[in-house]
Amino acid sequence: MAEQESYNLKVVRQFAIMTVVWGIVGMLVGVLIAAQMAWPVLNFDIPWLTFSRLRPLHTNAVIFAFGGSALFATSYYVVQRTCHASLFAPGLAAFTFWGWQAIIVSAAITLPLGITSSKEYAELEWPIDIAIAAVWVAYAVVFFGTIMKRKVPHIYVANWFYGAFILTVAILHIVNSMAVPVSLTKSYSMYAGVQDAMIQWWYGHNAVGFFLTAGFLGIMYYFIPKQAERPVYSYRLSVVHFWALAFTYIWAGPHHLHYTALPDWAQSVGMVFSLILLAPSWGGMINGIMTLSGAWQKLRTDPILKFLIVSVSFYGMSTFEGPMMSIKTVNALSHYTDWTIGHVHSGALGWVGMVSIGAMYFLIPRLFNRELYSTRLVEAHFWIATIGIVLYIASMWISGVMQGLMWRAVNADGTLTYSFVESVQAMHPFYIVRTLGGLLYLSGMLIMAYNIWKTIAGAKPAKVAVVPVVAH
Amino acid sequence: MGSVTVHSFWTVVMLVVFIGIIVWAWSGKRKKAFDEAARIPLEDGDDAGQGASGEKKHG
Repeated sequence: MAEQESYNLKVVRQFAIMTVVWGIVGMLVGVLIAAQMAWPVLNFDIPWLTFSRLRPLHTNAVIFAFGGSALFATSYYVVQRTCHASLFAPGLAAFTFWGWQAIIVSAAITLPLGITSSKEYAELEWPIDIAIAAVWVAYAVVFFGTIMKRKVPHIYVANWFYGAFILTVAILHIVNSMAVPVSLTKSYSMYAGVQDAMIQWWYGHNAVGFFLTAGFLGIMYYFIPKQAERPVYSYRLSVVHFWALAFTYIWAGPHHLHYTALPDWAQSVGMVFSLILLAPSWGGMINGIMTLSGAWQKLRTDPILKFLIVSVSFYGMSTFEGPMMSIKTVNALSHYTDWTIGHVHSGALGWVGMVSIGAMYFLIPRLFNRELYSTRLVEAHFWIATIGIVLYIASMWISGVMQGLMWRAVNADGTLTYSFVESVQAMHPFYIVRTLGGLLYLSGMLIMAYNIWKTIAGAKPAKVAVVPVVAH
Repeated sequence: MGSVTVHSFWTVVMLVVFIGIIVWAWSGKRKKAFDEAARIPLEDGDDAGQGASGEKKHG
């Protein structure tokens, strides 16, 4: 009989705390650049603070630093607890934490300096790309190694989603980042022209599909049942949800390239697969929300559950809006307007942000063996964040549709009704409302940081959680 | 065989595999195993710390 084994919670604690920290940093940069859109003087004529350099810093910080840390923390926690096994290769797990933090810091230095490969959501230059690949391979070894040493015969569905996320992101990152370096800080993509564009958006949309969706669905399938204390509504639906996403998401990328040099047939394939995606997305949404069936009263009193369930509602909303926007005639109006920004943020703030926040409120007290300092502050956070999201996406919808209509308006003689600058002027009030929405969402994160600080200050790390000896 | 034939064939194979997964998932035989699988997160022992169910009412 082997010695008693205990779960490796140290790396989970580290990533969980950094989720809150990077969330605040990334959203602070977001609020600053939103304010710059309303009041351009706020870049203070300093190159490092211009919108063009801070925008990729914002997206990288919220997606890969905040979202990435949440995914590392929850996947390491969930895989251990649902497999009844401690993490495989704990040294490698520690390497993923310190490596990922080093990558984030190097992004925070290079992007404001203007060092960029200029590929959206893949801006980091080649030395950092290699570091990401190394950390990611280590992540895969730790995760799949833990699955291989599991003592529970069945691999729980959350692990399937995490596994698909880890595997697909590895492939996407490595293929899209292929480049010819010309110096330490500059490289050129290995692909050219429309092939480069297609590979970029094959990467870009599947970063949405597998990083921002599959990974966070892993969170949904573990933390909603845990917090609701009920099994998932339909396990067979979760299995079909997984495979349907895996089979269709990969084809949706071309909808980012409607009316470009990409061949028409490829655009149409992208549109059709984006429309098909509605089915698995809503199947998953229904599965998450219906897990509460018979226990709806819990929503009234439990703000953590509110975060989790409202996040899934936003998931449903943005996965309805996305397929609609991928229809070519709708896209003709929406593309290059603020509508896209509104759509992205209903997914990012509503779905990814809220499900991560809910999971952290669940996780952090348990990791530090404490009770949460204040449930009322969680409730306050929930409402402030929700109002912030509504202000943000409503203002961007109005602004976006208005932009699209102004750009396409023509006079009887065929000349444009509005000059571009007139549309910019019309957007100004909506940019102010958007900034206010972002500020509210950021304020919620600061309340969270205070609440978490009061929860863990002076706490001893969690008592050793022992892996159950009796296998199923 | 040209690449178009290969790709067409492959697409049909994938579709059949996917339909097979649906049939498998909904077959009565899997019901019991899935019901057990769905309880995995609820039966992973108590956490270190009791956490969310009994928060103090501060602030």
